[in-house]
Amino acid sequence: MKKIEAVIKPFKLDEVKDGLSKIGVNGMTISEVKGFGRQHGHKELYRGAEYQVDFVPKIKIGIVTDEKTTTQVVDVIMDAAKTGKIGDGKIFISNLEETIRIRTGETGQDAI
Amino acid sequence: MKTIIITALISLFSISYALAGDEPPTIESNKTAIEMVQTHADYLWTLVAAALVFFMQAGFAMVEAGFTRAKNAVNIMMKNLMDFSAGTLAFWAIGFGIMFGASGTGWFGTSGFFLSDFTAGGDPWVLAFWMFQVVFCATAATIVSGAMAERTKFSGYLIYSVIISAVVYPVFGSWAWGSLFNGSGWLEGLGFIDFAGSTVVHSVGGWAALAGTLVLGPRLGKYTKNGKIKPILGHNLPLAALGVFILWLGWFGFNPGSTTAASTDIAMIFVNTNLAAAAGAVVAMYTSWIKFGKPEVGMSLNGALAGLVAITAPCANVSPLSAVIIGAVAGVLVVVSVLFFDKIRIDDPVGAISVHGVNGAWGTLAAGIFNMGGTSLKIIGVQALGIAACFLWVFPVAFVMFKLIDKTVGLRVSPEEEMEGLDFTEHAGNAYPDFEVSTYRGIGASSSGGGNGYSEAPSGIISTEPLKSTS
Repeated sequence: MKKIEAVIKPFKLDEVKDGLSKIGVNGMTISEVKGFGRQHGHKELYRGAEYQVDFVPKIKIGIVTDEKTTTQVVDVIMDAAKTGKIGDGKIFISNLEETIRIRTGETGQDAI
Repeated sequence: MKTIIITALISLFSISYALAGDEPPTIESNKTAIEMVQTHADYLWTLVAAALVFFMQAGFAMVEAGFTRAKNAVNIMMKNLMDFSAGTLAFWAIGFGIMFGASGTGWFGTSGFFLSDFTAGGDPWVLAFWMFQVVFCATAATIVSGAMAERTKFSGYLIYSVIISAVVYPVFGSWAWGSLFNGSGWLEGLGFIDFAGSTVVHSVGGWAALAGTLVLGPRLGKYTKNGKIKPILGHNLPLAALGVFILWLGWFGFNPGSTTAASTDIAMIFVNTNLAAAAGAVVAMYTSWIKFGKPEVGMSLNGALAGLVAITAPCANVSPLSAVIIGAVAGVLVVVSVLFFDKIRIDDPVGAISVHGVNGAWGTLAAGIFNMGGTSLKIIGVQALGIAACFLWVFPVAFVMFKLIDKTVGLRVSPEEEMEGLDFTEHAGNAYPDFEVSTYRGIGASSSGGGNGYSEAPSGIISTEPLKSTS
């Protein structure tokens, strides 16, 4: 099993979700996060004082897949989340030890 | 039997008809009746205006909440609620008597405490007048809560609130307005013009705010050791704007209501009030645009308020064109002043000192400069004297009072409490519990029925604060 975490621009979430749903991935967890990479923040103004905002709001999607579908999922995410501009985000893939469904106690592939 | 009953009924009707005072009107009774219409109109206008000024309390609450952080919103609400409530009681018990009681010396009144001027069945005008005056007192008191926001101990603040409503505001008020009722003031005797209170209300609040911020010190993290000014963002600018609109509306009671009479005079006062506010907003916006490169909302909102404060003294004795000029100058003045106080490291989260103190002084001076009947050095001199007298009374007294509160009950919260937020530390409360992830019994973003994931916040939120608040 693999865990795929994708940090994407927030307004791309619906596109990514729809794309994944088309290839049969119907479960995911998302979080609201902030971050920056090479996309620097920007300056804002409040009552005459300028301040630098470094962290930019992003959405992090977490998906669990089996080995066979990993490449397909990654392709779909990249395709849906890309704008071509700085700040599109990153995908992290890690090995997952175990998955358990709370309701039934199923494990492994049956729990995904 | 029937005849007896009919006779009795007819007699009863005739007697009641005779007792109805069914006399034809005379010239005297007509005169009295006509005068009563004016009296009734005076009461009506004064009390409607009082209700409008009362609503300004909501305006202040929204402005202050909007310009400060979410973790202190409950505390702001409590301070504003108490400014009015405790202030009302203090003004009823003591303040009104000091401000409008019989004044042998011309420096303070000594009668009318606990509304003793009113007796059951007596002339109710004192009640209408008191109602109008108490909302003015509360306006002065609540100005200070904005400047002292986010780091003031609630218990210390309550003490201040009572003292300003009972003593500080009424004493100066008696100098300028005492003769509006039973008193007489030395300042008004010299011809001091302050129709609705640029100095009496707004500068009193502004200079007390200055004293408070000096004793308190700036919020943690506001100014760095190497002289940088770090903005602490307000958590809800729409609320702040709503507050300004409410204040603008309330000012239509504040200024024209100060006639305490229904007369055609109120028309020009309405117009002057509106023109000054508009000019203040526009000019402040342009000033911020030129200085910072973009029209900034906080400065623009402060500009509207500054115009309103500035026109408060001269609203009844200047022309509409003058009102535009007065408001325009206020718009520049408030921007410069806000930047100035930040530069000398006096932390005023909402700009109260700049809006109310500085522009209260400007408005009072303008009442002399732009006086429709003509101006003179003497007239301007008396205005300047009043401005100085106000500062020399309010600032030292407030400063000493805040120092005493600090030494006894304590004025400022601890650094840990300030970081945590006053909502929790002072009130065990939370202004926006639904906006956090909470695991307490299903309260919080994920509690609405479960399962309908897209109509509510995502279920995996890890950040607990709205994105732009806190340090």
